[in-house]
Amino acid sequence: MNWISAAGEQQNVLLPPLFEIVIGLVAFGVVFVVLSKLALPKVKAALEERTATIEGGIERAEKMQTEASKTLVEYREQLSQARQEAARIRTEAEGERTNVIATAKQEAQVVALQVTQNANAQIDAEKGKAVSQLRREVGEMALDLASKVVGASLQDDARAKAVIDQFISELEGAK
Amino acid sequence: MLKALPLLEVTCKFGDDNCPFPAPGAEIFFFPPIASFTGPDGSAWEFNKPVLLAGIAALIVIIFFMAAFARPKLVPRGMQNLGEVVYFFFKNHFARDIIGQGGDKYIPLLMSLFSFIWIMNLFSIVPGVQFPVTSRFAFPLILSLIVYFTFIGVGIKSQGVGAYFKGVAFPDVQPRAILIILTPLEILSTFIIRPATLAIRLFANMFAGHLLLVIFSVSTWYLLNLTNFVGAVSVVGYVGSIASFMMTGILTAFEMFIQLLQAYIFTLLTAMFIAEAQSAHH
Repeated sequence: MNWISAAGEQQNVLLPPLFEIVIGLVAFGVVFVVLSKLALPKVKAALEERTATIEGGIERAEKMQTEASKTLVEYREQLSQARQEAARIRTEAEGERTNVIATAKQEAQVVALQVTQNANAQIDAEKGKAVSQLRREVGEMALDLASKVVGASLQDDARAKAVIDQFISELEGAK
Repeated sequence: MLKALPLLEVTCKFGDDNCPFPAPGAEIFFFPPIASFTGPDGSAWEFNKPVLLAGIAALIVIIFFMAAFARPKLVPRGMQNLGEVVYFFFKNHFARDIIGQGGDKYIPLLMSLFSFIWIMNLFSIVPGVQFPVTSRFAFPLILSLIVYFTFIGVGIKSQGVGAYFKGVAFPDVQPRAILIILTPLEILSTFIIRPATLAIRLFANMFAGHLLLVIFSVSTWYLLNLTNFVGAVSVVGYVGSIASFMMTGILTAFEMFIQLLQAYIFTLLTAMFIAEAQSAHH
């Protein structure tokens, strides 16, 4: 009926054999030395390096962010300047256009006036020419007529000429 | 099939005088030596199962932490992740929260204690091993002694010999007359009861847990043998065996919890003793 192995003569469980205490001490000692001298210093160093890397990364990112926002402000400023300039150029162009139109109008008016004046002068000259020719012809005709009427040549007579001139002047005055 | 189990070949009739339940006792904690030699003290130093398991436990802890931390990567992978979780738990929970100032230098001690104790406890439910090394009193005892000398050493180093022992023996209380009772109690508590309870708490928990598991395992086999008989005896056999088997399963789960809890408590108390020794006694 002894179901368990033969080691079973009654011993006190609270009286540990020295060998087991020594083994316990040695086993724990080895674990402690490996952890404290090999494993944990390595992981500690790795963790510190990681912290440094992450902090460095954050710092870099922050720097880049600052730079980017600075650039953005610059770009915005440039853009608004460009807009203002464009507006100014547009206004100037508008003014110039008005000027050009006004100048052209003025020039056209001057030219038109000149043309009119020229035409008028020409008309006047033609008219003068026609009048003097007419006057001469009318005088000659009147003289011929008078010669025929009086039967004598009055062509050289100064008086006759004067009479005719007076007559024509009266005609003009009556007009 | 049952005949193939020589230890439990129950052929007698249930209820007979010569057929009792083979209740396991303290003898299940003693193992025949694998090798034996005479130690320097003259006694027989027996290399047995618990000794072998203690060595294996130490090896497992070392292999785990070396695998996790031997070549640490900036971006942790696999084992290193797990190892770092453990490391940070000890760093934040024990070193920072409990010990505080200068607590980081005790991380190796606390991690070694916890890991070593837990693996030794865990052997209780590992199939084919099924023995908690810490149920052999030698192991809790030596670990407790290490903690004992550590916290006394810390107290002397951080406060000075006189100040430390004076601080423990004569705490700052009013009225001073109460020290007549308090001084012997404080000395007893700090220097005798503290290491004793630390060792016994771990030992007794693992001892009792293992005993319970063995009782229900044996009972499962014992009652299963009764099914060879006819009538009411076989019904008792079936019902009892199934119930015992279920109890074994439930207790195994419970033991897993206790194993972790005891390793944690041992480490927690160590941290608290160190913290107390480091600062002046209240």
